Amino acid sequence: MSQSAHDAIAGNDLQPNLAPDALIRLRAELLRFALLQLRNAELAEDVVQEALASAVAAGSTFEQRASYKTWVFSILKNKIIDVMRDRWNRNKVELAEATGDAADFDGLFNKNAHWRAEESPSDWGDPEVSLENREFWQVFELCMHKLPEATARVFAMREFLGLETEEICKELGLSSSNCWVILHRARMSLRVCLQQNWFEQGETP
Amino acid sequence: CKKSTELMSQQDRLHITNFQRNMDFLRTACKRL
Repeated sequence: MSQSAHDAIAGNDLQPNLAPDALIRLRAELLRFALLQLRNAELAEDVVQEALASAVAAGSTFEQRASYKTWVFSILKNKIIDVMRDRWNRNKVELAEATGDAADFDGLFNKNAHWRAEESPSDWGDPEVSLENREFWQVFELCMHKLPEATARVFAMREFLGLETEEICKELGLSSSNCWVILHRARMSLRVCLQQNWFEQGETP
Repeated sequence: CKKSTELMSQQDRLHITNFQRNMDFLRTACKRL
């Protein structure tokens, strides 16, 4: 990041109406979001700094149609997509690991391909109860980090960065069916992980 | 049931109760982040 951008952020030229503690909070949220997608603290730090620097540079184009935070997050998402695209292009060998079939979940079903009674999805109750609990997010992040890297990346592009499946397939050179299988595996893994580590623990892991 | 579960999770692109709600929960959690 350029020195001028660094000074601008440090001096809070980012958004004149943003209180210093709000800026610190925003930066922490951006960093947490980036870290979950990129799984690399240094890369996450870089991409957040770049997003904030871009926000400074483009500050005059912010039109207050959305909240300032949403606007900065949209800049960050584009930066993350660039990094993911670059990493994917440099390392396509992970594809084999991500595009296998969904056999990992065979254990959830009986020989007739029906859900086993003890594995059948349970009622997770009112989502708000979990989503307002700080400990739930620790479990959620743990579950995200358990996903194989390529699987997590496709899932992040779909669910966190909001790309359509067609865009992800095109970006990563995957067929639609491969993309769908990867997303299915990610969701099944997350569901099982949350079930075992949060909901079956009485929501107090 | 295995196939209908897969298709429901990809609903990216559904059979007499909680799977779809579990998927909705995941989506909500991702947005909430």
